[in-house]
Amino acid sequence: MSALIAAATPTTTWYLVLAAVLFGIGTVGVLVRRNPLVMFMCIELMLNAVNLSFVALAKRLGDIGGQTTVFFVMVVAAAEVVVGLGIIVSIMRKRPGANVDDISALKG
Amino acid sequence: MELVVFVFAAAMILVGGLGVVLRSHPVHAALSLILTLFGVAVIFVSQEAHFLAAVQVIVYAGAIVVLFVIMLLGVDRTEDIKTEPFKIQRPLAVIVGLGVIGLVTAAVITSRDVVATRGAGIAEPAMTDPDSNIRQLSRSVFGDYVVAFEVTSVLLVVAVVGTVLLTRKVKPTSKESQ
Repeated sequence: MSALIAAATPTTTWYLVLAAVLFGIGTVGVLVRRNPLVMFMCIELMLNAVNLSFVALAKRLGDIGGQTTVFFVMVVAAAEVVVGLGIIVSIMRKRPGANVDDISALKG
Repeated sequence: MELVVFVFAAAMILVGGLGVVLRSHPVHAALSLILTLFGVAVIFVSQEAHFLAAVQVIVYAGAIVVLFVIMLLGVDRTEDIKTEPFKIQRPLAVIVGLGVIGLVTAAVITSRDVVATRGAGIAEPAMTDPDSNIRQLSRSVFGDYVVAFEVTSVLLVVAVVGTVLLTRKVKPTSKESQ
């Protein structure tokens, strides 16, 4: 049993499949949820799935550029969250309790 | 050993991800998101991306999720998972999600041999030089990608100023802001 566990070391494919499953969960979340903040969280899930595959491939291919890309993705994700939450706050101030179907017309 | 780390981290990631989608209370979803982010950080450590693991914990779990929770405390906390405008939307969403997972998994498995061609190799974090990952990453960021780094600083300034403009309270007397 212990020899079996020692033999089965996870390869890069395992990490990529895990990232694919996480990306799929995020996709379902964006399609299912109605609260704009929770939809944002699901977008963060998808970004993290892509980061995961970047880091796994950076190790496998021996290229530090993958980790650099993840660094920039994190910076852009932070900026995106700041702007998105600002938009959500300014919408919620006008009409409290709005979900994404109420604001689908993109009209103030 | 690596298998044990992978199994635990994958369990954290999947349980957290499902929690974000399925928990009806948004604050519970935010806490599940923290679980997922920590699992991703564990995998970053096991894949020798030590600096990114630290940034993941500090920036994502420390700053972004706290921002989410503060927003959730400010706005409403309705149980949105009960409302369903289109009857067929939820099964369709699950089908689309399973399709995405299946397609990407098929692509990964068919391209197994392409992934196997190795490059020069990331510097292994040896006992003699534990900072090799940070050194290599900083050479890349401040060397090859220095222009992109400067552009992201401009991006962050624009994002902060834009958010201040967006959330500013409009004075009823001033004409220019209407």
